[in-house]
Amino acid sequence: MFSIGLGHYLTLAAIIFTIGVVGIFLNRKNVIVILMSIELILLSVNINLVSFSIFINDLSGQVFTLFILTVAAAEAAIGLAIIVIYYRNSGTIRVEEIDSLKG
Amino acid sequence: MIAHAVVFYIFSFIAIVSAIMVTASRNTVHSVFFLILDFISISCLFIMIGAEFLGMIMLIVYVGAVAVLFLFVVMMLNVAQQKNEWFVASGSSSHIPVGLLVSLVIFSELLIVIGGWKYKTELQDSININLNLNLTNTQSLGNVIYTDYVHLFQLSGMVLLVAMIGAIVLTFRKRTGVKTQSYLRQISRERNEGVELIDVETKKGVKIDV
Repeated sequence: MFSIGLGHYLTLAAIIFTIGVVGIFLNRKNVIVILMSIELILLSVNINLVSFSIFINDLSGQVFTLFILTVAAAEAAIGLAIIVIYYRNSGTIRVEEIDSLKG
Repeated sequence: MIAHAVVFYIFSFIAIVSAIMVTASRNTVHSVFFLILDFISISCLFIMIGAEFLGMIMLIVYVGAVAVLFLFVVMMLNVAQQKNEWFVASGSSSHIPVGLLVSLVIFSELLIVIGGWKYKTELQDSININLNLNLTNTQSLGNVIYTDYVHLFQLSGMVLLVAMIGAIVLTFRKRTGVKTQSYLRQISRERNEGVELIDVETKKGVKIDV
């Protein structure tokens, strides 16, 4: 209980990952919240990598966390740009009303 | 050691609650705020575990850039006032129980993986995490990034460049009906386009087409 090990961090990452997935699945709101859920998922992956890197005492995990951070920032920028032009074209970003592909 | 545990539990509790609030909050602006809180508490955890550089970078990149970007987009699109319903059945909501089920399965799978995973023998306890006090975390990361991972480092720079160009190209639009100065037209204008010399006959005048 009082000795925090790798398992604690992995469990925390698993919980946050699942919250992110639930946020994507059960979203009835706008697309921005879906992007935020993706950020949560990437964050949990970062927790996993950093805690493994610390507990195995190998720096590669932290380096890869840095790269994931880069990709996450790029993804947020591109995704928000796509949302902006979609809103400009169709006037809504509610998930239910984005159905022009009829999927 | 107990202090370590207490701090861990506090920060992870804040992180989990704010992660739930990100997805469940009714207001998008509140979601962004809780996302910021989540990033801050996780970066506190990173600093606590000994990855100071990544914790600080998380603060700068996520709280300073990404969250502000989210806030700007929420502000621009005027969606904050949209009332968001969660778990509201609206016609085709049959995907909600399936989504919950899939999330539950994912979560239990992750827990099983963590529980059944044979810890490596060279794994350390958190008590004697090997903190090299002669070399800071930033310094040792720099030693690795700029030698072994230098190509990946430059590639991530390319990723950022492509993202920047892509965002600019996507959101750029030429407005019509806006009077702007065109330097090219100004400079390339010549005398015979602007001035025309006409011989005007007496008592006849001249017809000017504009």
